[in-house]
Amino acid sequence: MANTRGAAVMYDSVQKSYDGETLVVKNLNLDIPPGEFLTMLGPSGSGKTTCLMMLAGFEPATHGEIYLNDRPINNVPPHKRGIGMVFQNYALFPHMTVAENLAFPLQVRNVSKAEQAEKVQRALDMVELGSFGNRRPAQLSGGQQQRVAVARALVFDPELVLMDEPLGALDKQLREQMQYEIKHIHENLGVTVVYVTHDQTEALTMSDRVAVFNDGVIQQLSTPDDLYEDPQNSFVAQFIGENNKLNGKVIAIDGEECLVELGDGTQLKADKVNVSAVGDMTTLSLRPERVEFDTNDAMDNLVNGRIEELIYLGDHIRVRMNVAGNDEFIVKVRNRGEKRKLHVGETVQVGWALDDCKALDAVV
Amino acid sequence: MSDTTDGQVLTTQDGKPLKAALANALRREKLRSLMLIAPLLIFVLITFVAPIADMLFRSVENGIVADTLPKTVVVLKEWDSGSGETPDEEVYAALYDDLVVAVDNKTHTRLGSRLNYEESGISSLFRKTGRRIKRMDEAGPFKDQFLAADKKWGDVETWQVLQRYSPRLTPGYFLNSFDAHQTAEGIELKPADQRIYMFLFGRTLFLSIVITVSCLLLGYPIAYLLAALPLRTSNLLMILVLLPFWTSLLVRTSAWKVLLQQQGVINDFLVWTGLIGDASRLVMINNQTGTIIAMTHILLPFMILPLYSVMKTISPSYVRAAKSLGANDWTAFWRVYFPQSVPGIGAGAVLVFILSIGYYITPELVGGTSGIFISNRIAYHISSSLNWGLAAALGTLLLVAVLMLFIVYDRIVGIDNVKLG
Repeated sequence: MANTRGAAVMYDSVQKSYDGETLVVKNLNLDIPPGEFLTMLGPSGSGKTTCLMMLAGFEPATHGEIYLNDRPINNVPPHKRGIGMVFQNYALFPHMTVAENLAFPLQVRNVSKAEQAEKVQRALDMVELGSFGNRRPAQLSGGQQQRVAVARALVFDPELVLMDEPLGALDKQLREQMQYEIKHIHENLGVTVVYVTHDQTEALTMSDRVAVFNDGVIQQLSTPDDLYEDPQNSFVAQFIGENNKLNGKVIAIDGEECLVELGDGTQLKADKVNVSAVGDMTTLSLRPERVEFDTNDAMDNLVNGRIEELIYLGDHIRVRMNVAGNDEFIVKVRNRGEKRKLHVGETVQVGWALDDCKALDAVV
Repeated sequence: MSDTTDGQVLTTQDGKPLKAALANALRREKLRSLMLIAPLLIFVLITFVAPIADMLFRSVENGIVADTLPKTVVVLKEWDSGSGETPDEEVYAALYDDLVVAVDNKTHTRLGSRLNYEESGISSLFRKTGRRIKRMDEAGPFKDQFLAADKKWGDVETWQVLQRYSPRLTPGYFLNSFDAHQTAEGIELKPADQRIYMFLFGRTLFLSIVITVSCLLLGYPIAYLLAALPLRTSNLLMILVLLPFWTSLLVRTSAWKVLLQQQGVINDFLVWTGLIGDASRLVMINNQTGTIIAMTHILLPFMILPLYSVMKTISPSYVRAAKSLGANDWTAFWRVYFPQSVPGIGAGAVLVFILSIGYYITPELVGGTSGIFISNRIAYHISSSLNWGLAAALGTLLLVAVLMLFIVYDRIVGIDNVKLG
């Protein structure tokens, strides 16, 4: 981040409860360095939006302190925090034109008329809507409204921008395009961005780091590739990407490795991630694309399975198999032209490396 | 489209023209919907449109003179009212013939009361003459006999009035509504002490505006609260807002009488607390204050409901967005929330204003003399003075005033901006 002008954010043991009985956010500690694009990812009700609203100032923290550039902001009202925000449904003021919407944050800051016009135009150009200033929000398409909302959150040069599921209302194609645009704007401006979404693709595409929320707790905070390659628990493994689950019991531990016996007696070697002792119940996590049909004896794990179903998807073929009593075992085979014909009902050997098989906490 | 450009008519499978088949299918639909609304349509036409049209027509209708005195009206047409001299013997003879018939039919007194609206004294003139007409000499001369019966038949003004109101249509009622009347010199305003209707119209407009504004001031914060609260709480409060709706109007108005009168609850309380002395009890009823208080209370739900329904649709994220962009609470409200609630204000204001401008029962009960509306005067002419023509003219003016305000409102706010729910 060479051109960083972002703000640093720190959550210090923040807790939030709406009813005094249950905690929506449980002891949140989070450091966001200047210029980072951090995504809060999680299912609905996981507390991610609440965390964002506390940062924006619309929800008071029940306990703990939030710092913006090392300054505690719990008692600073939202309009004095200087944080740009993009809302889920854009919240563009319907009674104002696009240009008036963009000028609004400048007007309330008493910026001179000439400077207002200049900044508004620059912000509109940034989102490639230079000639749309005189339109009303209702006259714009969803994607254009989205860009105006982004431009409005940035026009007053905030150091921190919050985005609350900003792409949720767009169709798939537009969403992908906007992901790149927001990413590029972030790279060009160097502001800190805190982004909330429940869409894992969005999180992986755009973020420097992703905080996976569940049940009011950050389950894992790491870069997108770490999140996918090294999930720290079963929730993360299942929430991010596709995942085969195999339940079993740890029967031996050897350093970073462990041996797991499945229900039907199959023994598999796995990477010891989230199990502590022999005898623990565990769930093995295995990515479908890491399973090979072209097996050789050097592979750590080799098992036989019956092919239950074949689904042709163009670039790859999804094979649903019954492996070790689990008939939801999915294997993704890259489509490299016909090399080997698979048939439903056939029993074949599949294999995978120890490192691709993670022994995580058991899920029922 | 390409099929029809060849000059071919599109047909259905069995060869009928497609358009005719379509019209046939639609006609049945239309007929069915017409039949569904027919009972209401007929009901409305008979009980609403027709009576109103008839009432409006009465404001200019004036057949009674020509019907009662047919011969006189014809010959009186020739008389020059500006000459300063009473008409010829010929007119008096015609009047005799007409009056003999009228007295037999007992219609001369009705004509007298009608013309009395225009010139006081004519009613008794006709009654008196009616009693004497049997004793007059059929051979004439009639002029002297009429003058002997009542000297007024020798006044030019009497004949002027009779001539002026001979036509079957008259602007007289409308002129009266504008506090004007026709004289020999043309149309002029009545003497200042007889002008009443324009003043009453003005007061009705003024009080309606005051009531609308106070409804808005009281209703806006309540509607805002209702829209902001969670649904369970707001439903409970909504019942409180609607509660007056379910109580009889008469009961509510009478309750205000109990509260506001000089020996009433409010005055007693103020005296008890020592805020005012026993001698200086506030006069809050039977005047404008009473009308404003009671009507504001009665019309308040009509302001709150449209406001609420509009505010409910304003997402709280707009105000949040404004605050996140740096606006303080007031700016966020004034620049972002308020403009979006204007359609609700418009709807509520139009509703309250139009209801209050024609309000009758509350001003009648608590208005005294200084707090009554034009509608009370209309009711008086309908049921007490029986001057239906004037009542119709005043009603027409009220209707026109409301329509004009509606048009002005449409120009300024735009009627399509109004949301009633």
